[in-house]
Amino acid sequence: MEDQLVYLALAGLFGLFMAWGIGANDVANAMATSIGSGALTIRQALLVAAVFEFSGAVLAGGEVTSTIRRGIIDSSYVTGEPELLIFGMLAALLAAAVWLLIASRKGWPVSTTHSIVGAIVGFGAVALGTQAVAWGQVATIVASWVASPLTAGIIAFFVFNSIQWLILTREDPLERARRYAPLYVFVTVTLITLITLFKGLTHVGLTLTTLESYGVAIGCGAVVALIGRWFVMRIRVDKKADREFHFATVERVFAVLMVITACSMAFAHGSNDVANAIGPVAAVISVARTGLVEQASPVPIWILLLGGFGIVLGLGTFGRHVIATVGDRITALTPTRGFSAELAAAFTIVFASGTGMPVSTTHTLVGAVLGVGMARGITAINLGVVGRIFVSWIVTIPAGAALSILFFYVLRFLFG
Amino acid sequence: MGSYISKIFGASPVGPIQDHMDTCYRCAKELVTFFEHVVSGDWDQVQASRDKIVELEQAADDFKRQIRAQLPKSLLMPVPREDLMELLLVQDRIANRARDVSGLVVGRRMELPAPIQKDFLSFVSRNVDAAKKARKSIRELDELYETGFRGAEAELVESLVHEMDQIEDDTDVMQAEIRTKLFAIENDLPPVDVMFLYRIIELTGDIADMAERIGRRLEVLLSH
Repeated sequence: MEDQLVYLALAGLFGLFMAWGIGANDVANAMATSIGSGALTIRQALLVAAVFEFSGAVLAGGEVTSTIRRGIIDSSYVTGEPELLIFGMLAALLAAAVWLLIASRKGWPVSTTHSIVGAIVGFGAVALGTQAVAWGQVATIVASWVASPLTAGIIAFFVFNSIQWLILTREDPLERARRYAPLYVFVTVTLITLITLFKGLTHVGLTLTTLESYGVAIGCGAVVALIGRWFVMRIRVDKKADREFHFATVERVFAVLMVITACSMAFAHGSNDVANAIGPVAAVISVARTGLVEQASPVPIWILLLGGFGIVLGLGTFGRHVIATVGDRITALTPTRGFSAELAAAFTIVFASGTGMPVSTTHTLVGAVLGVGMARGITAINLGVVGRIFVSWIVTIPAGAALSILFFYVLRFLFG
Repeated sequence: MGSYISKIFGASPVGPIQDHMDTCYRCAKELVTFFEHVVSGDWDQVQASRDKIVELEQAADDFKRQIRAQLPKSLLMPVPREDLMELLLVQDRIANRARDVSGLVVGRRMELPAPIQKDFLSFVSRNVDAAKKARKSIRELDELYETGFRGAEAELVESLVHEMDQIEDDTDVMQAEIRTKLFAIENDLPPVDVMFLYRIIELTGDIADMAERIGRRLEVLLSH
């Protein structure tokens, strides 16, 4: 492994590039709903995104990273030639990053997850042979791409229906909103904490028993619910706004709740999408350092930190602009709707992350928004655009694959 | 760079529908001023009032076109697109009736016979009341969307629709009375004028009918 340092440097660089791209562009999807509904200012959203993307990446990003790193390629086929895996992973990373850059410049809806998975499958099938691809695992991943928007949609449908039933259709919606808001906070925080504790935290050296996990999760939920209750109770009735739109104050109660789901969403995004950037990095590093294609070593935590750092860097440089443009256009998503959609999406993504499934944040959120739409929550959803987003589901995979095959041969020509 | 999440939201038709109704109401309301000037015989003022009605009717048409353009068939909406279009058409007819009535009066330089003047003016303003009630219920449209067309808000709109029905009943009674009075004096008036007077009474009465039909359309939205 004479080029070991070069490989390490390239992996770090490409990983950072990819993470930066995700931070600059993709995070906007997760945060924009909160800004559009007026729950957060842009500055606050950037802060929330930075903190929770980072902690999501570090605390709950391990499982998906492992899947990307060694779940898709059966590395027993490359034990003899570890360089092949290095070239391939570097090529996949570069392909996904470049594709992401091209697509977002052109304004095409792409999924970072789909492009990285497509890229890895692409180089694996062409460079190593189709038998090197763990097709069973790939099929599971693809199935999760169908399941995640569907699940989020169903959850969003029921969450929004519950808000309608408990609050909006009643004679005294404001009092009811104040009463039930802390309950929604409690459920959200408890569930997300619970999934994170069950699935993610072993690699940071924290092992809790089942009972302890429940205790911690319920504790977290209760504390945040109390904080939420304090904020909700402080909201004054705006008589003038209520005269024009009777639910103005009710929506402001939910704006408080949306801060919490925005944090959950950033956490969920960090836990899943950061793996797209650092999964291949982890693969390259483990092979380059040992010269062996070993299977078992855990993902080093500093790589997760690198991914988190890249996302925050992207947020800092371009994220502000993207979040602002997107936020301006999502005024249709009022806090009651945004809360339902974000809660459903965050829950689904964190759950998928826990089981190691790389799902698309955007698609899951779109599924959740459709769920709210099905519950008659949104005045108009443009199904044509929804269709185009889901078509990107299919187009992105061959694009990522083709680019990664190209880069693979270039890299092998340069170093091999 | 950009995000696709924002593009999946179509423009909400609610605000423009409310603006359209508001314009139609103001158009109908101008009829009160219009007929006051007709009664006092100030034809410059009548013409000015007529111009205002035409202007408002055109503004309503512009809103109608804008709403149609932003509601393509590929939208997922809580209520069917057809029902919204139907509502819009009925609203629009309020402005159209105001335009037709004022057009007839100005075009034929019509005068109201003294015995029916007072009754006719209150008949006009009662019709405008119905339109005002219709505007009030359309102003609840954003709240209806918020609650998913259910619950306490839906009941509120139901009661507004009920009030609209009562006003429409009033106008029916008034219309019958004016006709009776006109019938009593019709032999003293030029026959062609009488024909058109009946026509104007009928067209004006349509305004309350349209308001009532707006109520029916809202009930259809509530029933989904």
